[in-house]
Amino acid sequence: MSSPSRVDLLLDLADDELILGWRNSEWTGIAPFLEEDVAFSSIAQNEIGHARALYELAARELGTDADAVAFDRPVAEYRSAPLVELRRLEWARTIARHWLYETADAVRLEVLKASDDAELAGIAAKIDREEVYHRIHAEMWIDRLLGSDEGRPRLDAALDELWPYALGVLDDELRPELVTRVEAKLGRSLPDVDPVPRGKHETELADLLEEMTSVRRSAPAGARW
Amino acid sequence: MSPVSDFSQTPALAPLSAEAVWWALAQIPDPELPVISIVDLGVVRDVRIEESCVHVEFTPTFMGCPALDLMRSQMEDAIRGLGGEPEVEVVLDDSWSTDRITAEGREKLRAAGFAPPTPRAPEPPTLVQLQRGAFRCPWCNSTATRLENLFGPTPCRSLRYCDDCRQPFEQFKTI
Repeated sequence: MSSPSRVDLLLDLADDELILGWRNSEWTGIAPFLEEDVAFSSIAQNEIGHARALYELAARELGTDADAVAFDRPVAEYRSAPLVELRRLEWARTIARHWLYETADAVRLEVLKASDDAELAGIAAKIDREEVYHRIHAEMWIDRLLGSDEGRPRLDAALDELWPYALGVLDDELRPELVTRVEAKLGRSLPDVDPVPRGKHETELADLLEEMTSVRRSAPAGARW
Repeated sequence: MSPVSDFSQTPALAPLSAEAVWWALAQIPDPELPVISIVDLGVVRDVRIEESCVHVEFTPTFMGCPALDLMRSQMEDAIRGLGGEPEVEVVLDDSWSTDRITAEGREKLRAAGFAPPTPRAPEPPTLVQLQRGAFRCPWCNSTATRLENLFGPTPCRSLRYCDDCRQPFEQFKTI
């Protein structure tokens, strides 16, 4: 398997963080209770901050600016993993997606932190300091749902549904590490399925981008606030 | 007095010193926590002067912090106020940590009711540490406090509750 170019790698990461940040922000105001409203809003803010920094690096290589990269590409050019695109306003599925993504992201960040590319390694290390709190939050919820008679079957169903999508976040080399970590936490094995690959977009992405870029598109010359 | 025509004789336009720039930056309050300055916060990593150009290395705190753009423009204004041409470089590596908040900054935070961050450990924090660790209440100094929410009103803060004085308070996250 050929490795993606540097700019493609930056866009894989940035698109995942932007789209998931948007999805997480959909809980703002309507999460099951106030603490989670605050948590998902704050996590969304972090993810979009990571996306912004990564888009700035990508934009420098592409000779444009971060907003143009983030918002002006056609849907087909987004490199996000389908896991982050799904609109799942249901708590067990949201927690399953949150934890699967954060676990996969941790595997990826560990590799990037050790990269020979000092700029990539530096930004990965900085992102990872913040992601620690996301992982603590996600794992706390997994423990909570696994320990409840109502939560466990609902979480299990959501994990089984999302598992092929989770596998699609990582490339072939890193995928076995995700399987190991997820199975160790759950104490059960997950089905050996084909991953839903990056770039194979769900229709939900088009709807998301339509909504996310509506203000920008309404003022093509640039909105002034 | 005659109109100033010889600028080299004007004290305000004397060659800029790094000390003067550091002083001016230290007058800028953190936009979200105005009790401390951006220098107390540790986001200014370096100041270098080349003739009239003032190069500042700025290390953002949390990457999603909406105050970063404002900090940057305030730094540029402060440098222009000294007669310098600002060049603020945003350093996106892992060099900012809550350990960079100065001792003075920590005291100011505590006095304003924000518990300062605990020192960064070699290993990242765990939930057990955050739940059981001896986090002091900034109001009454008790360690009988508990974690209410890992996340708070801004990316840099968690919410805790003091069982002694029964006050909620905001705890700086360690990163």
